[in-house]
Amino acid sequence: MVIVEDKDSVHAPPPRRMSLARRETLLGLAFLSPWFIGLVVFTAMPIVVSLGLSFTNFNLLHPENLRFVGLDNYGRMWSELLNNGDVGKSLGVTARYALMEVPLTIGLALGLALLLNQKLLAGKPVFRTLFFMPVMIPLVASTIVWQGFLNGSTGWLAQILKAFGLPAPSWFSDPAWALPGLVLLGIWGVGNMMLIFLAGLQGVPTELYEAVKVDGGGAWARFRHVTLPMISPVLFYNVLISIIGVAQYFTQAYVIDPAGNGNPGGSTLFFNMNLYKEGWSYNNMGYASALAWLMMLVVVVAAITLFRTSARWVFYAGDTK
Amino acid sequence: MTRNTLPVPLTGSGRGRSTRARTIRFGLSKLGLTMFTASLAMIFLLPLVYMFLTSFKDSSQMTTLNAPLWPASTNTYTAADGQPYTIYQVPTANGVQSLALEKPSRTSSTFLDPKTGQEVEWQGNWRSLSPVWSLDIKLDNFSTVLTLLNFPLLLRNTLVIAILGTLGAVTSAVLVAFGFARFRIPGKDGLFLVLIMTIMLPFQVLLIPQYIGFKAVGWTGTWLPLIVPHFFANAYNVFLLRQYFKTLPRELDEAAQLDGASPLRILWSVIVPQAWPAIIAVSLFHFFFTWNDFFAPLIYLSGHKELATMTVGLQDFSAVYAGSGSGFLTQAASLLAMIVPVAIFFVAQRAFLRGVIISGVEK
Repeated sequence: MVIVEDKDSVHAPPPRRMSLARRETLLGLAFLSPWFIGLVVFTAMPIVVSLGLSFTNFNLLHPENLRFVGLDNYGRMWSELLNNGDVGKSLGVTARYALMEVPLTIGLALGLALLLNQKLLAGKPVFRTLFFMPVMIPLVASTIVWQGFLNGSTGWLAQILKAFGLPAPSWFSDPAWALPGLVLLGIWGVGNMMLIFLAGLQGVPTELYEAVKVDGGGAWARFRHVTLPMISPVLFYNVLISIIGVAQYFTQAYVIDPAGNGNPGGSTLFFNMNLYKEGWSYNNMGYASALAWLMMLVVVVAAITLFRTSARWVFYAGDTK
Repeated sequence: MTRNTLPVPLTGSGRGRSTRARTIRFGLSKLGLTMFTASLAMIFLLPLVYMFLTSFKDSSQMTTLNAPLWPASTNTYTAADGQPYTIYQVPTANGVQSLALEKPSRTSSTFLDPKTGQEVEWQGNWRSLSPVWSLDIKLDNFSTVLTLLNFPLLLRNTLVIAILGTLGAVTSAVLVAFGFARFRIPGKDGLFLVLIMTIMLPFQVLLIPQYIGFKAVGWTGTWLPLIVPHFFANAYNVFLLRQYFKTLPRELDEAAQLDGASPLRILWSVIVPQAWPAIIAVSLFHFFFTWNDFFAPLIYLSGHKELATMTVGLQDFSAVYAGSGSGFLTQAASLLAMIVPVAIFFVAQRAFLRGVIISGVEK
């Protein structure tokens, strides 16, 4: 440690015995401390504890029976996965939802962003606000709105379909249609992604479009060879947040079936519904912790896969310069 | 996307002659594109129109076949005998007349003329006629819902939790973001990476130990688990603010530092006044987050209806009244539950949308 003796300076504060760099570090750490304390108390410790709990039979009502059970919880999960028990079913529901909702939402978000980015469109801020608005509606409320809108007899969609002579499913009471109904509700929250795509589109340099025009390329060529590569980092980000979003999916399914069985017919038994049922209805917190770690594993694997493949399709303009 | 290929020829040929034609074509394309987008927006927001109109209906208005989409009732004519008869639009030799159906029958029916009170025979199937609808708004729904949902209590609870949490979330995130943006700390990049990684962490792995911990200190059944953790800087908010702080020029900080200002003073008098857009965005994010949060209040406040938040109260209400006969009540309740966040969004949308963009794009 360098001790700076600054006898000449009148203004120098007295306890100037530390080096400036060290003082800056300590001050900086003081500013980081709220986050750091939170990280330890609300993130790091819970992660360790939940991993530990996943190897126990911890039951919230009978904590005195706490016993180390080794890999029993994971074994139960594995067998429920193989014989299509709740774990297998709930992973299947979650995956089916993801496979429908994520591509549809991303496609619609990109389409709307391209539309709202048109020079010719009047009233852009109004449209941007309107398409974003459903995001601001609390999920419980928007689920109730869609429950009514999709109702098989009094809902408007059924009435519209019937008016065109089309069969109208009774969405949330039909096991085959409940999940597609939730997908529609999910797509309704397209606004966030649309906005991020829109910002990405506005960052594409116009010279690039002109270069395509000079080469005789049309609209598709411009989209395929300029827009898409230039916004691929935004696309990557949107895919990532979609995956994280699906991994946390709960509220909408709970409003559809508060009993927690994922009715109708288990068709909306999302992974977190099963976790909630085990942890809070049956108080099986050891097993629920193991379930949480399974989801963690799935998310980590999905994220790593996404990052690995990103080198092939995500184009960072900064890299080539 | 074919509409973006509007040809605006830059070549000079025929310029003077076709300028007007081009202006007209440009105007038409603009109109067409705007109309197209407007109809798309209308379809997109149809569920909200459904909610709005349904919340002013009663059970029979909701379930009557072929009733209009808006809250309507059929007009009736009270005859001399005191009986109400539904008025239909009946095509007669003297044009379409509004007549009250007295004795319906498949081939010919007896109608009453409301003007004269006299009976009119009409040949034809009365089922092919359409009744006369008029606007009939049921405002009672809202007073029913206000009481059954206990709306004032839910509003107060949610506001208190949201305001306290927002205060903590913003204060802590500003402090931490300042630390990340302006101090040289060994290993800072590593710490920042940890911060980013916590954004992606699935909440499930933290949930159970947090719940057990809060239960152990006796905080379940109180608002504390919904407020206190937010005083420890949410990673997402820190990220957003740090990005914004980094764009602010350092010269002002350095000048203040030379004048002997402490870091806290620099943060308060130099950084914060320049960073209002980002700070407002973060406040709005947290406020809306609290308004929308469902899982945490569900598990921490279960069994304490007097402490419930808007979303939990609304879900409870919907579980009781969601049946299709009383669906109008849940629609009215949803309308009430979304008024506050949607109104705040419309007032503060510029700051909010900008915040979404900062956090999503400027990585």
